[in-house]
Amino acid sequence: MQSIRQNHLPDALPDFRNLGVISRILLAVNALALLFALARSREIGEFAGKVTEIAGSLEPVLLVVVVVLYAISTLLERLAYAQGLLAVFAVVLTVTAALFPFESLIGGSGEWRAFAWNLGSAALATGAVAGYFHLRNRAFSPAISEARLQALQARIRPHFLFNSLNAVLSLIRKDPKRAEGALEDLAELFRTVMADNRQLIALRDELSLCRQYLNLEQLRLGDRLRVDWRLDPTADDALVPPMVLQPLVENAVYHGIEPGIAPGLIEVRIERRNDRLWLQLTNPYHPDYQHRQGNHMALANIRERLQLHFDVEASLNTRIADGRYEIGIAMPYRTSL
Amino acid sequence: MNPIRVVIVDDEQPARSRLRELLEDCRTDLPHSVVGEAANGVDGLVVAAKADVVLVDIHMPEMSGIEFARHLQVLERPPAVIFVTAHDQYAVEAFEVNALDYLTKPVRAVRLLTALKKAVSGARLARGVLESIDPAPRRHFSVAERGRVILVPVSDVLYLRAELKYVTLRTRDREHLVEESLTQIEHEFDKVFVRVHRNCLVARRWIRGFERGAETEGEAGWSVILEGLDEKLPVSRRQWPQVKSLAESRQ
Repeated sequence: MQSIRQNHLPDALPDFRNLGVISRILLAVNALALLFALARSREIGEFAGKVTEIAGSLEPVLLVVVVVLYAISTLLERLAYAQGLLAVFAVVLTVTAALFPFESLIGGSGEWRAFAWNLGSAALATGAVAGYFHLRNRAFSPAISEARLQALQARIRPHFLFNSLNAVLSLIRKDPKRAEGALEDLAELFRTVMADNRQLIALRDELSLCRQYLNLEQLRLGDRLRVDWRLDPTADDALVPPMVLQPLVENAVYHGIEPGIAPGLIEVRIERRNDRLWLQLTNPYHPDYQHRQGNHMALANIRERLQLHFDVEASLNTRIADGRYEIGIAMPYRTSL
Repeated sequence: MNPIRVVIVDDEQPARSRLRELLEDCRTDLPHSVVGEAANGVDGLVVAAKADVVLVDIHMPEMSGIEFARHLQVLERPPAVIFVTAHDQYAVEAFEVNALDYLTKPVRAVRLLTALKKAVSGARLARGVLESIDPAPRRHFSVAERGRVILVPVSDVLYLRAELKYVTLRTRDREHLVEESLTQIEHEFDKVFVRVHRNCLVARRWIRGFERGAETEGEAGWSVILEGLDEKLPVSRRQWPQVKSLAESRQ
């Protein structure tokens, strides 16, 4: 029963510009071809010949299809799943048909039976790959819900909530206006945390979430918390997984600022280079406070969600350099789904 | 009855001012005066010595509220301690087990009043309880001097020597007496000090070398040389293999 809407992702075509998706298509189709060659060989000696024969007609078609899909992927994304699927089939069959005359040049028979055979196997292979991606989507769907639940637990520490409420209480008698602002920030923050966090959002929205969070922390930490933003305005409309930065900023405060008496600096850097987006976050490193918990859960969670959204094209790395803890995230720069 | 003297120790300014407001609300039920306020444990110890009750946050930089409370216990008449925490599951469980009083943030005036009344009635912390709650090594040793708590950073200590009832704690500048057992100190700071003799622990980081000392009991023994100290400390034959392997591993 699909009574909880959020647990079900709408069907969608894979992102044909994604390196992981492209390599999956290439691998899957070639694996099918090998299986087919194996089935058609009566003895082991015939296998190599069959593979060459199939590869001769398959590889050109496959490569052209991948390139065409890459080129038209933005158009495909605008279509509904069924229409998109039809379009993909149309592309595959057109390319197969268009390349058929060249096959005779490299020793193909050129008969109409071979033509029909090529179209049929192309359609079957496309169906198989589409089926694979469909199942993969399904398989990840509960994983995303799971990740979201985990995320809920990992981020917004109770510690932060109670301390913030306490700070707001301290303002109510003296500075009711500021208390109002703080409660509004808190409400907004929790609205985002509790939202359905599976669709990508604009980086600008994620950054404003981080600012609301930091406003609240500033309230209770005062001068001890310093933040240096180095933003790239051309990256504002980039699409990123929701809550990709906020939990990391929260970690930076918890592990980098709270353990120190002296003021500490958090640096947030956003940079766009062509079609890549770089996020970097650094904070003071306190080796003595590494027993404080919660860092690895948030990191693992964000890494997992980056992978779900961008496959191999996104990465998250951490290091300790010059007494500072650094997190770097790289992902594709996208402005549309 | 004199008004009770209260001190607030919390690293967050809004949290301190909130406690002041709540204390103000309790004033008609329980006369008191806030005699001091501090943003960390080290400053807190200076003002806390003249208090009857200290409200201390557990989660503070440099010195936790628990370590702060441990240092207070060297005083002849330590003030009562009420712990305050936003969310610290382990500490809260430990407090429950040991029947220590604590408040959770945000604090309610009614709860604060109850805790203050209980504190005034004089339940004192039992020795050992705080150590069991937070077994992490302290950053300071504490010594009571003329009714005040003097802190000695653990990293300043060259060696510790057991003498009769006390342990002598030697820094570059002077000696202090602490009322603790050498075994307990060795256990708490096993990464910082190494035992060189039945009655002596030396700081690993200040060891500069070893030399063959005078003959004792017909056999030449070894002594350890510490940086900035003329005195040479004998290494007992029993401890020598362990100390030697430590020295070798450092080279």
